Amino acid sequence: MTFDNISRRRVLKGTAALALGAGLPLQRAAAADTTVGFIYVGSRDDYGYNQAHAAGAAALKKMAGVKVVEEEKVAETEAVEKTMESMINLDGSTLLFPTSFGYFNPHVLKMAVKYPKIRFQHCGGLWTEKDPKNVGSYFGYIDEAQHVAGVIAGHMSKSGKLGFVAAKPIPQVLRNINAFTLGAKLANPKITTQVIFTGDWSMPVKEAEATNSLIDAGVDVVTCHVDGPKTVVENAARRGAFVSGYHVNQSVLAPQAYLTGAEWNWEVLYPRFVKMFTAGETIPNFYRGGLKEELVKVSSYGKMVPAEAAAHADKIKAELIAGSYVIFKGPIADNKGKTVIAADVSRGQTDPELEKMDYLVAGVIGATS
Amino acid sequence: MKADVGAPLAVKRSGALFRFSAIGREIGGAAEFIVIPALALAGSLALFGIFVALFGKNPLDLYFYMYYGAFGTWFSWQNTLTRAAPLILTALCTALPAQLGMVIIGGEGALLIGALAATSAALAMGAAPPWFVDVAMACAGMIGGGLWIMLSGALRQYRGVNETISSLLLVYIALAVLNFLVEGPMHDPTSLNKPSTREIGAANMIGNIPGMDVHWGLVLGLIAALLSYILIYHTVFGFAARVAGGNIRAAKVVGLSVGKLILITCFLAGAAAGLAGMMEVAAVQGRTNANLAAGYGFAGILVAFLARQNPLAIIPVAILLGGISASGGLLQRRLGLPDASVLVLEGTIFVVVLASDALYGRLPFLQRKKA
Repeated sequence: MTFDNISRRRVLKGTAALALGAGLPLQRAAAADTTVGFIYVGSRDDYGYNQAHAAGAAALKKMAGVKVVEEEKVAETEAVEKTMESMINLDGSTLLFPTSFGYFNPHVLKMAVKYPKIRFQHCGGLWTEKDPKNVGSYFGYIDEAQHVAGVIAGHMSKSGKLGFVAAKPIPQVLRNINAFTLGAKLANPKITTQVIFTGDWSMPVKEAEATNSLIDAGVDVVTCHVDGPKTVVENAARRGAFVSGYHVNQSVLAPQAYLTGAEWNWEVLYPRFVKMFTAGETIPNFYRGGLKEELVKVSSYGKMVPAEAAAHADKIKAELIAGSYVIFKGPIADNKGKTVIAADVSRGQTDPELEKMDYLVAGVIGATS
Repeated sequence: MKADVGAPLAVKRSGALFRFSAIGREIGGAAEFIVIPALALAGSLALFGIFVALFGKNPLDLYFYMYYGAFGTWFSWQNTLTRAAPLILTALCTALPAQLGMVIIGGEGALLIGALAATSAALAMGAAPPWFVDVAMACAGMIGGGLWIMLSGALRQYRGVNETISSLLLVYIALAVLNFLVEGPMHDPTSLNKPSTREIGAANMIGNIPGMDVHWGLVLGLIAALLSYILIYHTVFGFAARVAGGNIRAAKVVGLSVGKLILITCFLAGAAAGLAGMMEVAAVQGRTNANLAAGYGFAGILVAFLARQNPLAIIPVAILLGGISASGGLLQRRLGLPDASVLVLEGTIFVVVLASDALYGRLPFLQRKKA
């Protein structure tokens, strides 16, 4: 390991100067390469949210002239501000990917004002007109992939009971649960999805308990929306249930039980962003997309999925990609009997109303509060 | 430390206690308190170097990057001090009750409750002048955190509940209260996918220390540590607390009001952690949400034990741990070490420093010459 651009002597000299009260001019990386910094809130091999981003970072490492620096388990506190500054000041990063949703406000916004020449690409789709122009926020309509996975789950469930282990009853999570259930109902109109909220993004013990109690209640296909689905996938498989994955492809964890899953496709998006950045083009501040834009994908189906189920799911997927299909198309009632989307209303992916979702559709067993 | 400690042991204990309290005046003793932790630190760094070498990395690179990331540049220093600031306050939450022989490990809970109380105060103030809002937030944070740890003290004093267990369990209750409030009654409807309270407002935010990129929490921490030191070693209250900590039965026999000592000390301890929570809201986050449960309270326990529960020693130890976590990022990025390696180092230091306790009074060259 060499000290890329900092020599020991230079640092010692700088420190001596510091001791005398003078500041050390920070060393910048050589300008030839573009250094891209990735910051993860959890560990990058979590088989989940962070691993999906790390896969995107790995795709960048293959690009010529791009250097990637990564830091994992960075809390959503001042720690992430200091990590961003450290990547800028000590590593010479000019493009940063602070990937956790909770990094945005206030941390990314604060750093964007302080470092106006650095580009910040945040995952979460939170950017609005009043925010700094050197910040971009992107997100994928992963409910499309959940909807397709739901179709498979609906075909595969013998008991007609699906299980969903979810972190918090927030709009993003509710949208996934609803899209999954609506997909399953295409295969079996009487199917139900039982939801258990664990209360936080990474609670392995509660996730395992939730998985077990769902299966005890007769559920035979389990899916989830937590940061690291490993616990859910492995426990469900051990108990003999099928699983539908989330964030990344977890089939290696349970090849016999893994039906399909809703995955991020950051390995396609990030090289796209970096190409724009190195070419000097403006990256859109607000960037969203689904299956069609290749921001999300559906895991390849497991061997146990029959051709009929696969064909049904593929048909829905093709229509979603073609843009001729709307998941949240009225009439849709919530699980308390109230109409939430009227018969003549069709809420397409970009509809801002969907961002405020606070209900569970009919067929979901559970409550948002 | 329980009342059933036998009399001879109690005598021995109070002997040790008085030697401890007299460190400032004994040159030999003072040297011991500096040399042994320094040796322990060097030993744990050497052990960690071996650990890293087993992973095929050069330990010299490791030491260089640790130094560079923590103290090598002005930026690194500020990074270190920023991380040290909350640790000083949360360490006091463990160190103060330790004088009474209590092991309180629930600083995280007091921090969360302090943050909630401070946020509530700010939101209730409306358009009051910012300095007034900030003072009210600090008071609310300290009272909230103070009462939270006082609850553990009271359970110990009046119901005989072990304070270590109760303070730890109260952390989870505090977290549940926080989640309930930010997702329910205090929820800002615009914080859709990140349930949070409303913001306290940019005008009420406390800025940085002039000339530094470190917020005022550091100064508050230094003041709190200094005041705690004076309280413990230079007041009657502190003396009484240490007597009760040395031998609770003897303290009762000489007429000390142990219950009062426990409740007040626990309140002060919780107030320190509550103040850390208030500063996280007022200087960093601007609102309360789950981000606050970042483990500062738990890291504070480590700081307090490494500092041997001495409020002044907490300051350098907090800076050291702040430096380790500041350099942790560089270790990940330059050496490709996993984040957990920082935990391995912290654990190694913790164990070696505690084990080095056995050396006190046993290193001949450090003993004071008998007259």
